Amino acid sequence: MRFVDEYRDPDAARRTAEAIRRDTTRAWTLMEVCGGQTHAIVRFGIDELLPPGLSLVHGPGCPVCVTPVELLDKAQLIAARPEVIFCSFGDMLRVPGSHGDLFAVRARGGDVRVVYSPLDALALARQHPDRQIVFFAVGFETTAPANALAALTARRRGLRNFSLLVSQVCVPPAIEAVLSSPANRVQGFLAAGHVCAVMGYEEYLPLAERYRVPIVVTGFEPLDILQGIHATVRQLEAGRHEVENAYGRAVRREGTPAARALIAEAFEVTDRAWRGIGVIPESGYRLHPELADLDAERRFDVGALVVAEPAECLSGLVLQGVKKPLECPAFGTRCTPDTPLGATMVSAEGACAAYYRYRRRTSEGAA
Amino acid sequence: MSDPTSKDFTAACPAPFAAHDRVVLAHGGGGRAMHRLIEGMLGAFDNEALAARHDGAVVSVGTTRLAVSTDSYVVRPMFFPGGDIGKLAVYGTVNDVAMCGARPRWLSVGLVLEEGTPLETLGRVVESMRRAALETGVAIVTGDTKVVERGKGDQVFVNTTGIGVVEHALRIEPASVRAGDAVLLSGDIGRHGMAIMAAREGLAFESDITSDCAPLAAMVQGLLTRGLEVHCLRDCTRGGVTSALVEIAEAARLELELDEAAVPVHEDVRAACELFGLDPLYVANEGRLVCFVPEREAEAALAALRADPSGTEAAIVGRVTGAGRGTVTVRSRYGTARALDMLNGEQLPRIC
Repeated sequence: MRFVDEYRDPDAARRTAEAIRRDTTRAWTLMEVCGGQTHAIVRFGIDELLPPGLSLVHGPGCPVCVTPVELLDKAQLIAARPEVIFCSFGDMLRVPGSHGDLFAVRARGGDVRVVYSPLDALALARQHPDRQIVFFAVGFETTAPANALAALTARRRGLRNFSLLVSQVCVPPAIEAVLSSPANRVQGFLAAGHVCAVMGYEEYLPLAERYRVPIVVTGFEPLDILQGIHATVRQLEAGRHEVENAYGRAVRREGTPAARALIAEAFEVTDRAWRGIGVIPESGYRLHPELADLDAERRFDVGALVVAEPAECLSGLVLQGVKKPLECPAFGTRCTPDTPLGATMVSAEGACAAYYRYRRRTSEGAA
Repeated sequence: MSDPTSKDFTAACPAPFAAHDRVVLAHGGGGRAMHRLIEGMLGAFDNEALAARHDGAVVSVGTTRLAVSTDSYVVRPMFFPGGDIGKLAVYGTVNDVAMCGARPRWLSVGLVLEEGTPLETLGRVVESMRRAALETGVAIVTGDTKVVERGKGDQVFVNTTGIGVVEHALRIEPASVRAGDAVLLSGDIGRHGMAIMAAREGLAFESDITSDCAPLAAMVQGLLTRGLEVHCLRDCTRGGVTSALVEIAEAARLELELDEAAVPVHEDVRAACELFGLDPLYVANEGRLVCFVPEREAEAALAALRADPSGTEAAIVGRVTGAGRGTVTVRSRYGTARALDMLNGEQLPRIC
């Protein structure tokens, strides 16, 4: 497969891993921010190729994991309404809220559909003028442009039966939250390449400076990740703390201006609650006031719903990189992807789910 | 370590997940949820044939051993590139009978029709079944038709039950698998699942991927007539190659190791899987089997599989490493290892 196989070449991967081993003289802890990277690391066993002492911890970059439980409950309330066709990316259907998941809503008669793009939901709105189409607009800066485009298109076409339940979050405030935590042990970051493809990497410059950490824009294939790790290690070994782009084939310093313009037109920055972490100031988007009539929380009057989350599992600590999944006593026993205690066990991108899926033997060995 | 909950953070986490009290689509997805649902029901019918945990049951009448298997088909869309529900309903059950090492002979057909379904559509399904039965050498000897109100079905649902005759002394079942056995796969994987996905409304991606939907009985006969010591066979349908291997490994309490580089996946399927974030090892097939034979017979078995028209890309993909808990490990191109588990939940709704 062109443009993929080149970055999965086993020989090149081995050479880069050797270079990392050669250049690493002491223990370092790095965080890969994005759940897609976590998944690739565990799937391809990249961490097994690293020298002892060079440790990867897994970051909060899994949108499914960090979507707060009250928003899931709101989604379920809206999805259960008879006039609603509720559209979502597939992964969100399995995430437990306070009372089960969206699959359970569907089993009780709710019209819940999996779509692969918010534009598919827009098409449904045109096909079903008698129904209310609600799109669950979840994700980081990567999904924001398409969701913004859907909102702007709906307004331009005057679609009155389309709305968005928005839970957009942003990476830089999450990195800052990790760095400012007293429990932080992360010394360098692999920034999420796809997010930077949209947003660029200028907003990481003050973070690298203020917290004196290297931040390396990193892709998602095995070779990309190894090169990102190598660049981070070289900075740490040399005492540098710069923002570096190791994903040049996709990321420019300024990102993608057209996509950023869409985000700026449709959204405004707001505080967001992150599941397992808490409220992070100015860490997400909500619809711009001019588009407020497209806000599903207002349209269906669920804005006031507040849900307390009982402290049950360690996913908050996992999302902050303080704990690894295997350090959780419930991992693989009381908590599995079938019976998740926390969201990190639900999403394919969640660190606990990735460990469970690919490291079952390890967990059983440890248990 | 200082307490990370002390300042701005709470390490709060979601409420415990209540198990579903109703049927959800994941219960039909071919993965862990379905496995558990079925295991729960099997307790009610406990008997020796069921206990073998195979694709079909092998029962004895006098000195004759018969294989019986049943399957229901609710695929949407009914007509897809490379196949249709009629062909699938014949091949699928014939394949399950063949996985017991039997020669499929007879088939029953039950149809559940939705009010309003065009008779032309039904005619196409029936014609497709006729041809598939002819091709696989089975006779459709009994049947049943029911009509449900509009909205209570989805045009045509089909159930088929197959009966075949076991013409050899082998016990082809998970319990016969031994440490050291070679694991063979009869061809490239993932085409059926991706063809259905491409054809399904709402998932707009264009491809030329056609289903691998194919009869496997002749291929199995090819193994048996060569006198090979076949230990176990399974067709890799819902849940893909992974579910087939994990089911066998767990039933036999053996450890398997799979060589990822040896598993044939066509370029277009790989690309589509990348796009949707799917692993081909979990994607459904309708004309692929895994076969366990003693290591010394691996090459002969490979030649037998490749002699069949749908087995030209057959490969030796792994081996049974020893006794254990039923873990399937896949060895990556980087020499690293990961465990394979059954699908959690559904990958695609109602794939077959």
